[in-house]
Amino acid sequence: MNELIKKAASLLEANEVQVVIGYGLGSAKRPQAIFVTTPAGCEQLMFDNRCIQNLAVYLTKQEIRKLGKPAIVAPLPVLRSIVQLVAEQQLTEGDLVVLGIDPDGKLLEFSSFKAIESFLSDHKIVIEEKYLKKIEEIKNMPVGERFAYWVELLEPCFKCYACRAACPLCYCTRCTIENNQPQWIPVASHLQGNLEWHVMRAMHLAGRCTDCEACYHACPLGIPIHLLNKSLIQDLSESFGDYGPKISEPNMLSSFDPDDKESFIR
Amino acid sequence: MSEFEPKIVAFVCNWCTYAGADLTGTSRIKYAQNVKIIRFPCTGRIDFMLLLKAFAEGADGIIVSGCHPNDCHYTSGNFHARRRWITFRSLLDFLGIDVRRIQFSWVSAAEGAKWAEIANTTVNNIRELGPYTDYAKVAVHLKKEAKV
Repeated sequence: MNELIKKAASLLEANEVQVVIGYGLGSAKRPQAIFVTTPAGCEQLMFDNRCIQNLAVYLTKQEIRKLGKPAIVAPLPVLRSIVQLVAEQQLTEGDLVVLGIDPDGKLLEFSSFKAIESFLSDHKIVIEEKYLKKIEEIKNMPVGERFAYWVELLEPCFKCYACRAACPLCYCTRCTIENNQPQWIPVASHLQGNLEWHVMRAMHLAGRCTDCEACYHACPLGIPIHLLNKSLIQDLSESFGDYGPKISEPNMLSSFDPDDKESFIR
Repeated sequence: MSEFEPKIVAFVCNWCTYAGADLTGTSRIKYAQNVKIIRFPCTGRIDFMLLLKAFAEGADGIIVSGCHPNDCHYTSGNFHARRRWITFRSLLDFLGIDVRRIQFSWVSAAEGAKWAEIANTTVNNIRELGPYTDYAKVAVHLKKEAKV
């Protein structure tokens, strides 16, 4: 960790960046996002396996951008989000310094976004075994039972939009749910709106989601909404091939292959 | 009790299926009256949420139809739509929404007979499946409130 602190402090010292976005211990001794602006403040930086918040979410926030050029502490999920943001023209080369952390906790330096992309090609998105099992279990339910299962899970949702706020890829300044002339998706805490909100969230992230689980960790009710994204990742990779953030290729759902295969269109 | 008559909503593109359905009429081919057609500029314009809105409003089945691949008036709208339907269908299925009630098809402006056949078989399939209440039920509470 000393390496990370030293690197961050030297970047601030040299005024190469004006803020370091990283993890630090909060008041309850739990890791939280911190924004360090002085070299001395870098002492607070830390990283361990409890640091699961996706910091990439701050890169597109206006109030953070105002602080100046950032350096960001970036474990694998953050690196994936960064590459996806680059692919969507939300970040350009030179906008930020990436302090990568490899799965063993070692500090990584990248010369360009391309370098991150090629690093990620060795660290593909893999859905964990326990989730694969859960998805399989849900898929094997009879259709009515499956609907009842989701109705029960989604009914308590009160649409606090923490899932949206935590997601680095939900950066639209005006979300579809705010379209209210006419009200497109009912915003009341009610099943129809809840279902439509989560369907829309999953659809708008289809082909873009980098499986960081930030939505699930942010949910105050612990609703496993990330299962929707994971199930789509699985199905999309089966239908359209290699899944994962790529700078060199267009997004999966904003492109097509004339030979796309399906079995249900007559 | 009279036999159950399914309500079917058809989302079709202006250039192929709508013209195709027109041809069904001008060719004097009769087909099920249960199908309400909604015309869109292109299958690429059909927002996935519209399908759920139709179910919420009490549709028992849905037809989504447009130009055959390579025939899109806007070159690639139907290719984009196809990817979206593959994705959306898999999501709906995972959520337990009955995808047997959604019939996707390609019907060109020359295929009046195919349109009649698609409409008739969809109506028959849905008649066998019975009314679809699972999804409409979740919208009931909101409708009641709106009336007050």
